[in-house]
Amino acid sequence: MNPSRRNGLRSAGSLSLYAALSAIGLFEGRPVSAQTFDATLFQAKSLSELIRMLGGASAATSKEILITAPDFAENGALVPVTVRSQLPRTDQISLLVEKNPDPLAASFQLLEGVEPDLRLNVKMGQSSDVIALVRADGRFYVARKDIKVTIGGCGG
Amino acid sequence: MADPMKMRATLKDGVADVRVLMVHEMESGQRRDAAGKLVPAWHITEVVAALNGKPVLKALWGPAISKNPLLGFRVRGAQAGDTITISWVDNRGDKRSDEVKVA
Repeated sequence: MNPSRRNGLRSAGSLSLYAALSAIGLFEGRPVSAQTFDATLFQAKSLSELIRMLGGASAATSKEILITAPDFAENGALVPVTVRSQLPRTDQISLLVEKNPDPLAASFQLLEGVEPDLRLNVKMGQSSDVIALVRADGRFYVARKDIKVTIGGCGG
Repeated sequence: MADPMKMRATLKDGVADVRVLMVHEMESGQRRDAAGKLVPAWHITEVVAALNGKPVLKALWGPAISKNPLLGFRVRGAQAGDTITISWVDNRGDKRSDEVKVA
């Protein structure tokens, strides 16, 4: 494919991400407040819509992103997940649970000095892929891991 | 006001290993109470981590983060005695900020 066309698509993706994140104040030095939270990212009901909103529509699968999590989670209410990126200049990590009612679990912006190696516990409604969407050097990459859940952690 | 976070920051080879345990219900908004009514979502929406007052990590969280959330990350260039501050705000506007010294 024509390389300049690819680059054009990529920068278009980054621009929409920048717009989305600027809207929620992620690039501004504003103090934390409830008002800066933009629920629209979390209202995306389809996975493809969400990934598009995050700017990663053309993300390439990468083996340099390591998702560490149990293959089988007994309790979907607490699934420990570690995401590590070995891609240089990783500055953003989003964690998605494909089959959750709200697929986006968390989106992290890494500023100065933080290693692209994050640990957190997520809820999973049912067995699903978890997806790490990483921005490194201005480009997007994804990795997936399948987790089987015995008891879902969303309803109850 | 929410209960204080439990925090630990351990220095190893110039990198601070930070562990944070927040106290929060993290209600998903999917659960129904005994009467069959949906329990409204109540969860942390934003988290900021700062080293000596300078933000190093910002996060947006949804309802899929587990109850009493755990967050682990590592910061380069930290020194013993530096201050790590974690702040969060939830979707009801409640907020909490705690700090720990790197040891």
